[in-house]
Amino acid sequence: MAAVWVFIEEEAGAPATVGLELLTKARSLGDVTAVYVGAGSEQAFATLGEHGATRVLHADPGDALPSAPVAAALATACESDAPDLVLFGQAYTDRDVAGRLAARLGRSVLSNAVDVDLRDGAVVTTHEMSGGTQIATAEVAGDKPHIVLVRPKSFPVEPVGGSAPQVEKLELPDVGRSAARILEHHVEEREGPQLEDAAVIVAGGRGLGSAEAYELVERLAKLLNAATGATRAIVDAGWVPYAKQVGQTGKTVKPDVYIAAGISGAMQHLVGMKDSKTIIAINKDPDAPIFSVADLGVVGDVHSVLPKLIEALESR
Amino acid sequence: MQVVVCVKQIPDPSGTYTYDPETHFLVRPDEQVLDDTDRYGVEMGLQIAQEHGGTVTLVTMGPKGSMQGIRQALAMGADRAVVVDDGDLKGSDALTTAQVLAAAIERTGFDLVIAGTESTDGYSGVLPQMLAGLLDVPALTYATQVQAGDGKVTIHRQTSAGYDVVEASLPAVVSVTAGVVEPRYPTFKGIMDAKKKEVQEYTASDLGVDTSLRQRVTAVEPAPEREAGAKIEDDGEAHLKIVELLQQKKVI
Repeated sequence: MAAVWVFIEEEAGAPATVGLELLTKARSLGDVTAVYVGAGSEQAFATLGEHGATRVLHADPGDALPSAPVAAALATACESDAPDLVLFGQAYTDRDVAGRLAARLGRSVLSNAVDVDLRDGAVVTTHEMSGGTQIATAEVAGDKPHIVLVRPKSFPVEPVGGSAPQVEKLELPDVGRSAARILEHHVEEREGPQLEDAAVIVAGGRGLGSAEAYELVERLAKLLNAATGATRAIVDAGWVPYAKQVGQTGKTVKPDVYIAAGISGAMQHLVGMKDSKTIIAINKDPDAPIFSVADLGVVGDVHSVLPKLIEALESR
Repeated sequence: MQVVVCVKQIPDPSGTYTYDPETHFLVRPDEQVLDDTDRYGVEMGLQIAQEHGGTVTLVTMGPKGSMQGIRQALAMGADRAVVVDDGDLKGSDALTTAQVLAAAIERTGFDLVIAGTESTDGYSGVLPQMLAGLLDVPALTYATQVQAGDGKVTIHRQTSAGYDVVEASLPAVVSVTAGVVEPRYPTFKGIMDAKKKEVQEYTASDLGVDTSLRQRVTAVEPAPEREAGAKIEDDGEAHLKIVELLQQKKVI
């Protein structure tokens, strides 16, 4: 049976959701070890067990930036245990540790996978290209372990009801001049539903014309109890914070309803939202690519459609 | 302060990307542009070098073509460029790219290496981390704010909850998010000067990097298409159709 390791970062005292998605997938590929990075707790370990981990390697970096020490410890553990596959989420710390581990072991990293399989000792991954209009299959043969980064929301989270896993401490070595320290944590105030788990999302793009017009997106979202999102273009322009970005370099979302206001539908954006159950798009340009994925497309000006929509909802 | 900024020339992202039908590699035209996200790193590098005295060296790998993209970054004010162009590097993965850049950067010398968090055409998203690993320095990643000086660097590192303040000693690698600073536009003088700036060229074998491919794309197929639904022209009443659909989906 293949040995599959899953990297999971602790977020607010619990395993990050993408980690549980990966555990769910990993148990169909082999025997699962969770590499858990954070303070750790009985409850967190139990959650890992419930989702299919039979063993936990627990690393607690404290106030050290995890990437260098965790990658060094994992490299040593990989050399002695020889797992077939190490899975990471396409997420901040995951990317840091995966990159550094790969450099250390001299292995390729398959990034942005939406599916992963092991076949005859090789790893085969599936990737979305060109905004999800094309599906590419990639393969790495050769020395193990294979290292794969998987996009969030590629797999569902399904508990399997497993028992408490065996927990082993992963000792972190001194990494000398590669060390970095976290001096402070800042938690941004968050209001209302969050992008990752909202049932409804209202997102805005450059078609809004100005940062002030994003207020229309916020008002509509409030009325629908929705999260607010944005395209890369308006995040780069500084209209809204990066945390709102939906797309290739932002968040992947799959809500029940996605309302795209003034969004043309660049590949970059589509790949992050095209799997929403229902898509409603409002855009002036009748040829905008967003209409090719929209269940309801309104060719019109957001500055006239949104205020009317808001008014209609307010008067209900 | 010796600042190195990693940059990349990419096919114009406003056009359609084409892939070789055999190898599935991205086809790179002679005319490529500077990856827009790299302008933030170049600006950051220029500001730090200006503040502490020092030089900014651009390091890039890929077919140099017309050099238009590199000249764009030189025109912003970088002092020189190091270009690694070698046909054998076609289709390289992020690790080979990192090995090439690390070897070039070691020859250049550095206190601080700045890179974007991911390229617009490849977006593997692990290059800066690999580079730091190979250079045995810390990788301070996803920076939304950077301060360097007195032998150390401090950044605001984007997290899913907000941001962390992270500090390390120099030398170090920093990856910056778009928006970390406002990139300057090249001046006319900058554009003229860029043509005369030193460009050092290497091949992979100059740097002693193995170019054999580790990963390959075995197939590319069209994805099952999502069916487009109704498209209506706004006649002043289109919002009612949206209300109707929201009711149908039980959102309201």
